[in-house]
Amino acid sequence: MALASQDIERLTAIVGSLNVLTKKEDLIPYAFDGTAAMLQMPGCVVFAENADHIAAILKFAQERDLAIVTRGSGTGLSGGSLPTKDCVVLCTVKMDRILEIDRANLTMLVEPGVTTLAIADAASAASLFYPPDPGSMKISTIGGNVAENSGGLRGLKYGVTRNYVMGLEVVLANGDIMWLGNKCVKDVAGYSLKDIFVGSEGTLGVITKVLLRLIPKPRAKRTMVATFSQMDHAAEAVSAIIAAQIIPCTLEFLDRTTIHCVEDYAKIGLPLDCEALLLMETDGHPAVVAEEAGQMEAICRAQHAMEVRVAQTDADAAKLASARRSAFSALARVAPTTILEDATVPRSELAKMIRFVEQIAKKYSLRIGTFGHMGDGNLHPTFLTDERNHDEMHRVETAFKEIFAEAIRLGGTITGEHGIGMAKKSFLPSFAGEAQMRVLRELRKVLDPRGVLNPGKMFDV
Amino acid sequence: MTTTKTKPESGSHLKNLDYSVLQQCMHCGLCLPTCPTYDATKIERNSPRGRISLMRAIADGRLEATPTFADEMYFCLGCLACMTACPAGVNYAELFEHARAEAEQSGVLNSPKRTLIRQFTLRWLFMDLRRLRLIGYGMRLYQRIGLQALIRKSGILKLFPKRLQELESMTPTIQPKFSAELIDAITPAAGQKKYRVAMLTGCAQDLIFSDVNLDTVEVLARNGCEVVTPRLQHCCGSLHAHNGEWAMAQGLARKQLDQFPPDAYDAIITNAAGCGSHLKHYEKLLHDDPAYVERARAWDHKVKDIHEWLAEIGVKPPTGRSLPAQNVTYHEACHLCHGQKITSQPRAILNAIPNLNLTELPESMWCCGSAGIYNIIQPEMANELLDRKLKHIKSTQVPIVATGNPGCLLQIVNGAKKEGLPLRVVHPITLLAEAYRASK
Ligand SMILES: Cc1cc2nc3c(=O)[nH]c(=O)nc-3n(C[C@H](O)[C@H](O)[C@H](O)COP(=O)(O)OP(=O)(O)OC[C@H]3O[C@@H](n4cnc5c(N)ncnc54)[C@H](O)[C@@H]3O)c2cc1C
Ligand code: SF4
Ligand code: SF4
Repeated sequence: MALASQDIERLTAIVGSLNVLTKKEDLIPYAFDGTAAMLQMPGCVVFAENADHIAAILKFAQERDLAIVTRGSGTGLSGGSLPTKDCVVLCTVKMDRILEIDRANLTMLVEPGVTTLAIADAASAASLFYPPDPGSMKISTIGGNVAENSGGLRGLKYGVTRNYVMGLEVVLANGDIMWLGNKCVKDVAGYSLKDIFVGSEGTLGVITKVLLRLIPKPRAKRTMVATFSQMDHAAEAVSAIIAAQIIPCTLEFLDRTTIHCVEDYAKIGLPLDCEALLLMETDGHPAVVAEEAGQMEAICRAQHAMEVRVAQTDADAAKLASARRSAFSALARVAPTTILEDATVPRSELAKMIRFVEQIAKKYSLRIGTFGHMGDGNLHPTFLTDERNHDEMHRVETAFKEIFAEAIRLGGTITGEHGIGMAKKSFLPSFAGEAQMRVLRELRKVLDPRGVLNPGKMFDV
Repeated sequence: MTTTKTKPESGSHLKNLDYSVLQQCMHCGLCLPTCPTYDATKIERNSPRGRISLMRAIADGRLEATPTFADEMYFCLGCLACMTACPAGVNYAELFEHARAEAEQSGVLNSPKRTLIRQFTLRWLFMDLRRLRLIGYGMRLYQRIGLQALIRKSGILKLFPKRLQELESMTPTIQPKFSAELIDAITPAAGQKKYRVAMLTGCAQDLIFSDVNLDTVEVLARNGCEVVTPRLQHCCGSLHAHNGEWAMAQGLARKQLDQFPPDAYDAIITNAAGCGSHLKHYEKLLHDDPAYVERARAWDHKVKDIHEWLAEIGVKPPTGRSLPAQNVTYHEACHLCHGQKITSQPRAILNAIPNLNLTELPESMWCCGSAGIYNIIQPEMANELLDRKLKHIKSTQVPIVATGNPGCLLQIVNGAKKEGLPLRVVHPITLLAEAYRASK
């Protein structure tokens, strides 16, 4: 239902007039997130400054059956923070304080609106390390990262956001404030409820504090780039590296189209004459790093690499990594609409999946740029299209369906790190199966009986 | 030949724009942390992504050009930090100029006072630099004969509203001589002539920093350039384009092309970042004018910022024997680093000066708040940015700030004055000219 002026008044009474936006010109910029071709106007935008604000807002939402869509920086790629019609967008970016860095227990306590980069920088300044580094880390919030269980370039060795969440403060739909987890490495008191909130996409509660695990900073690292004249060779190189029991922290893949776009933006001298590029990084003890780097180089050469280049300085290495992080946005240079996919398969099936994606692109005459986290089987085939071309958009949809079906057939999943949101909602039931869907629905009903939290997202209750 | 013919302005700027320029933004948000206005408010409307979404809404017909839309376009600094950050290659500069033109065309901001000010400045003053000079002479007189000092001391200003007092204190010191009085129409190269270049003297630059123009000409001559500096020049139109006066900007661009046929020069030199970043895009501006578009394309390639040109031809290192040690920090004018991607060249020039120690300024690429006439129309945001800039300058404990744009020079001078900070704010080219002079 549309928001009444009394609703706005009540919300304003809770957070103050500076924290409520209602003008059309203020709402249009919140009518989308990072997902392509999805648009829906909210009823208002509310900025919360603390958990009490959020508790009061949720209580009020229950009372009036208002839809609440929690939003961090709106970089999500599955429509998670896309508004539902006339909803209240609850924005956390003003809750952006780092509350504590505990060097004795290696933890950091933060508010949900802190950016991932600010967390990584603060950890680094304390000579510690926060590994998850999604491509959007400059602006994505930790609340969004936790709610999507985001990955990044270092997933292969260091895992994803979930592996660094030790505790959460969550406001439940009824306004109760709940604290889950603690600074103990071991804790088996009750169900591990915090894990249900990791990846919950704003459907179970609003995260208001995150207690993060930090680890010691690796003492050394080495970054290198290998180029290949054939995609298969690159895939084989990856398999050979893993088979040699080397777990590099980064093993990223870019195809020709992506390389050209990234170079066009970052101008760091990426080789342009190859079909595939691997960005590899190993870190840890200096002796181990030196040995692994040597092995990786040798393996790439044995797999017919055209060239292997080792970054000479930290600054060069950082440039390479940040160029890779820009891959998705850089692909937008060549087409009006870029739709990226997130299908993920077991590592052993990666080469097959890459070939399949190529065939599909041919079959449906679609342009595609593929990059991804090769080390963890998480590919991002990106369709370069135009949302105004309805015929082509239709072919894109069909292509997606086939790609998902193939990923599932190979023992993979329909989303590795971007979540279900709106984009994959229709694919979830067949992927998850009836029993899982029933548990998901019942769980959600227990935590949010009136269905105020991100209604219509992930699955229908 | 000078034509003043302009295409009648019809339809909506944003609707007529190639839609793919708007679509280019895939709303990833990677530009948000570099946008000074978003950083200050954390509200999407005040971000590049938000502003582009409003422009797109207008192009789509989901929104009209409302007063709020227009205000938002004027709250944007036009600093172009978002363009540096954007991996998708969104041409925000182009969008922003069309959006302000849309705002002007709709007339939603019109008020008698605003119209009067715009009539006076954009339509009258900056359309003919003889008028600007005339005002300059008047202000020079006001300052020279001691009237300004007298008025400031008398306390009479206290009778005026606070904003007017602030503006009065911001009035820059007018140079005792303007470029035309200082610089010959043709300055021969010192030594062997290798290049023939044209020197654009600018508007504000001419009035307030004619000494920088003189330094620039001297530096060019010392680097083997014969310098052509016509006494009467025209405004480049950047002020007009940035303030939504599309047709006037086109008219002024044609005048430039008439006065400086690009074929006649190896380079056309500007030392004002704000002008340079506009001057290099005449082809886009005149794309629908067949009589000029070819020349505009050639022109775009010939226009060079002074730092860029010197780096290109290989600046002659000064020996600077008698030069004292100088500690300098460098503030990057937005329209140099973001608008023209010129970052290493000014530093290289400073580093070429003997005895000069360059300290990096934290956040050197963050806007100082000057942003054309932004500091006059949006004083609050501009002051916030100025305070931030000064804080970083103070942290370097360096007494000299170099920067390549008249607006930034003025803004930082005013900031230093306000805080009683003994700071020398200077164009890098002036430091270079001094080094040459000390090389004898
Ligand atoms: C260029 C680009 C690169 C990317 N690279 C990666 C990548 O490498 N790996 C990856 O995994 N993802 C990536 N993403 C996707 C996206 O950045 C992540 O999903 C990120 O975690 C979203 O953070 P956000 O703050 O923008 O959240 P939003 O988009 O605002 O929200 C995402 C979801 O989280 C919920 N949410 C947000 N805050 C809270 C909270 N406090 N409590 C409860 N729920 C909340 C929202 O309701 C929504 O469902 C990328 C996106 C872009 C645009
Ligand atoms: S302007 Fe560029 S960086 Fe900013 S949201 Fe759009 S595509 Fe992303
Ligand atoms: S030009 Fe500057 S102020 Fe305007 S949107 Fe871009 S970064 Fe922000």
